[in-house]
Amino acid sequence: MTLATPIPPSTPVTGEARLRGLACRSCGRPEPGALAFVCPACFGPLEARYDLDVVAGQLNREFIGARAPGIWRYLELLPVAAQPARGLAVGSTPLLRAGRLGERIGVERLWIKDDTRNPTLSFKDRAVAVAAARAVELGLEALACASTGNLAGATAAAAAAVGLPAYVFIPADLEPAKIDHALAYGATVVPIEGTYDDVNRLCLELADETGWGFVNVNLRPFYAEGSKTLAFEIAEGLGWRTPDVVVAPIASGALFTKLGRGFDELARIGLIERRPVRFVGGQAAGCAPVANAWQDGSPTWSPVRTPDTIVRSLAIGSPADGEEALALARATGGSVEAIPDDDTAAAIRDIARLEGIYVETAGGVTVAAAEAARRRGVIRPGDEVVVVLSGNGLKTPDARRLGAPDQADAAGRPGLVAPLRPTLTAVEAWLEARA
Amino acid sequence: MSTVRIPPTLRVATGGAKEIEIGGSTVREVLADLVATHPALAAQLLDAQGELNRFINVFLNDTDVRYLDALETRVDARDRVVLLPAMAGG
Repeated sequence: MTLATPIPPSTPVTGEARLRGLACRSCGRPEPGALAFVCPACFGPLEARYDLDVVAGQLNREFIGARAPGIWRYLELLPVAAQPARGLAVGSTPLLRAGRLGERIGVERLWIKDDTRNPTLSFKDRAVAVAAARAVELGLEALACASTGNLAGATAAAAAAVGLPAYVFIPADLEPAKIDHALAYGATVVPIEGTYDDVNRLCLELADETGWGFVNVNLRPFYAEGSKTLAFEIAEGLGWRTPDVVVAPIASGALFTKLGRGFDELARIGLIERRPVRFVGGQAAGCAPVANAWQDGSPTWSPVRTPDTIVRSLAIGSPADGEEALALARATGGSVEAIPDDDTAAAIRDIARLEGIYVETAGGVTVAAAEAARRRGVIRPGDEVVVVLSGNGLKTPDARRLGAPDQADAAGRPGLVAPLRPTLTAVEAWLEARA
Repeated sequence: MSTVRIPPTLRVATGGAKEIEIGGSTVREVLADLVATHPALAAQLLDAQGELNRFINVFLNDTDVRYLDALETRVDARDRVVLLPAMAGG
């Protein structure tokens, strides 16, 4: 590891009239630096700013519709100078009617945004694509991340696609499938003996001392913007309009809040009519700082030191964008639901059984959150609801079996039959015994 | 004297110093001493009420002080105090 490598010279994102660089989300102070992520005046998080009047003159529905699929069809609302020459094919995932699942959870007009169908099987490819593009523009020497799992694979694959080394820091007890996934792309995977929040704290210190682009630390102002493309695609997929309710998982809260920002920007540049959208968030009950604060009516969240849940991808005890997520749910008349692991596993089975989509644990949380919000009356009869399914079930293969009804046969797994002899007689005997 | 690690964003206020030896027997006293010796840090570290800015997390030997006794957490001479921006995301 090379420590104390100087950060490359500044290349502010101002090459285009539509880009207004970075500014503090809290105090509004403009930040001239290229790789800054913290406001030097108040320590608040920096975010990308645009001249939306310029963007409104550059973008219209027909122009976007004529472009190739993928997140770069919304380039003017992303904080990079130009579409990158190299990178994965990310975004334009299916928006599907989910009538059978909707009937099951009591939502008549249910849509699934199937973001399991990205290059590394999770929505993280969106955020990493923008961070990687910016890292290439800045000439950074490596990509890195602190990951709860999905980001590990996304960072490793994006680094491979743009030709940079990748360093992936993970909690040492992460699911093996996620570790293997990152290793497959040639990343260096560094397990840390601690929780995700320990890994994150370490990477904050490392980002200061290395020349690496940590996608969710020093590249975070760019990374976070990638999640807006989910909102753009939902609106475009519905015929340039918003649904009544969006349901999404909350880990750091960045995805959740950027969905709100995405719809807001589309309305501000005149691509959609501004209509109220209720935002419903889902967290695992075993790590639910934002849901607990929502339930208690508290203005802020209390950290969860030791998450206790199978939902590793949402196990962030100190969610950096938690207050903004809480504010968005409250301001829009939404809710933040805490979902027990058994309900998450049951939802994973339902989504697979009823819609043919196999999701990882965060997807189970999200559908269970929609059901909980329906029971609570936050989702009302007749509402049009979009649930964001953010990752593929192959990443968490053991999760769906939690609390499954005991219908196991000799092989010990529901639906899996004990091996049969390769004869018609054997299969007929089995069918007969089953009838 | 404990050691306080200064993040790059705050190093302008410390004359470029990355680590500073500071007295004080609690986190609150350490921060007060830090601000007393480097007054330019006050605006960044403390809010209008004199409490710790909500965008800063303080770690004592790699443990978030919110899991200890917050600003009243005892600090020992061999301890390392780290100031970091509040930022996390999987």
